Amino acid sequence: MSVDAITGAWQWLGTAANWAGEKGVWHRLGEHLWLSGICLVLSCLIALPVALWLGHIGKGGALAINISNVGRAVPTFAVLVLLTLSPLGSHGDWPTVIALVLFAVPPLLTNVYLGIREADRDVVEAARGMGMSGPQLLRRVEIPLAYPLIMTGLRSAAVQVVATATLAALAGGGGLGRIITAGFGNYDTAQVVAGAVLVAVLALLVEGVLVVVDRAFDPMRGRRRGPSGKTPAPAPAPAGARPEPSRST
Amino acid sequence: MEVPARTAQALMGAQSMAQGGGSGCLERNDWICGEYLRTRSQELLDATLQHVGITVVSVVLGLLIAFPLALLARHRRGVAGPVLGLTTVLYTVPSLAMFALLTPVFGVSPSVVVTGLVLYSLTILVRNVLAGLDAVPAEVREAARGMGYGPARLLLEVELPLALPALVAGVRIATVSTVAMTTIGSVVGYGGLGNLIASGMEGFFKAEVLTASVLCVLLALVADLLLLGLQRLLTPWTRARSAGRRTRRGATVAKAVG
Repeated sequence: MSVDAITGAWQWLGTAANWAGEKGVWHRLGEHLWLSGICLVLSCLIALPVALWLGHIGKGGALAINISNVGRAVPTFAVLVLLTLSPLGSHGDWPTVIALVLFAVPPLLTNVYLGIREADRDVVEAARGMGMSGPQLLRRVEIPLAYPLIMTGLRSAAVQVVATATLAALAGGGGLGRIITAGFGNYDTAQVVAGAVLVAVLALLVEGVLVVVDRAFDPMRGRRRGPSGKTPAPAPAPAGARPEPSRST
Repeated sequence: MEVPARTAQALMGAQSMAQGGGSGCLERNDWICGEYLRTRSQELLDATLQHVGITVVSVVLGLLIAFPLALLARHRRGVAGPVLGLTTVLYTVPSLAMFALLTPVFGVSPSVVVTGLVLYSLTILVRNVLAGLDAVPAEVREAARGMGYGPARLLLEVELPLALPALVAGVRIATVSTVAMTTIGSVVGYGGLGNLIASGMEGFFKAEVLTASVLCVLLALVADLLLLGLQRLLTPWTRARSAGRRTRRGATVAKAVG
């Protein structure tokens, strides 16, 4: 990388004027986090109940797996532009919100479904034998056992949302991506690189925070791999059943 | 996956209608416009070829880099952690930022897009090659060694064929995501069909955006099916196994010979 680009980007980031105002970093970061947060919550509200229910009754597996493959094949950029040109385009942030939710739901659905399905059948049967009802079973046995995959789903969805929110700038939306596209528009390499660094750092921070949250809230913390632990570790998934990282942005 | 197919049919239907009626769907800025398909077919073809070219080069380069990396990670377990960790970190970086960071390195050129896509494909490919090689049963490896196979011959003639299904599965996922992500290359002007989506957006040209989007999804679908076919061709034994019964396997062999 040319040294000019690095020093240029550093100078751009060090200029207070670039952080303030309507087009400044703080405002764009606010837009980015606000949109990402709202859409992640919306996606969880849609995907979690469906996936937990499908996993619990053990049906709809083909749907849960295939939706991920479809999500991968459809370009996010195309969906963003199609929604912007549709009648929805005149309703502010709606095209972006819909696109973000559309691409966050598949990883959530697939991972949570697989997590519940792969919860150790013997443990689930034993719990049923102890007289647990369906909701009890789901809450006390299946969800704790599925926890690692549920968190994987949440992490992929969050990373996907942050990436898609960046692309929203290509279709005229807000967010940090706007700094990059504006830089490309002005042939301002320093601004392009500075914007890219900000986006990359944000994505890595989100991933990092979720890894910490994952460890902190693990319902079986310290018990999962204990040599004399009473709860057996979830059986390793058969090859091919493990969901792949899913991204199309 | 039915939707794109249906849309394509609708596109063809619209085309024949336009030929018959000669209605001005371009003036009306319809989503589906046969006149657009006819008058801009060269532009569509060029964009599709660029899209295919970028995807193929990226996935092939990705595979050429991922394979030695996976072998290295397998032989030195100390390397495995950092290699997998680094590829995962690269995967977390959004594509727009990735292309933006690579632009000062390569200038505005196809190398920006190809390099970015290769880096993304590494995550999937390294994992799948490793998983495939790890899944080779230890007995098979022992038997081959007992028969006097050296390390190179063991890898090429025993381990690689057995790891092929996992490897092709990885290539399929990498290819489908690469086809979709190539569209973002339009920020530097090398996005294949993404260029048409971007110019359609600027000009508010609905037919251009929809046609390019549908072609892009079809491209991913065709690539996936072709790779599936290739896998079937390369690993005939998995088909025989899934066919199950010995009698049927005999019949398959006879048919193949005849």
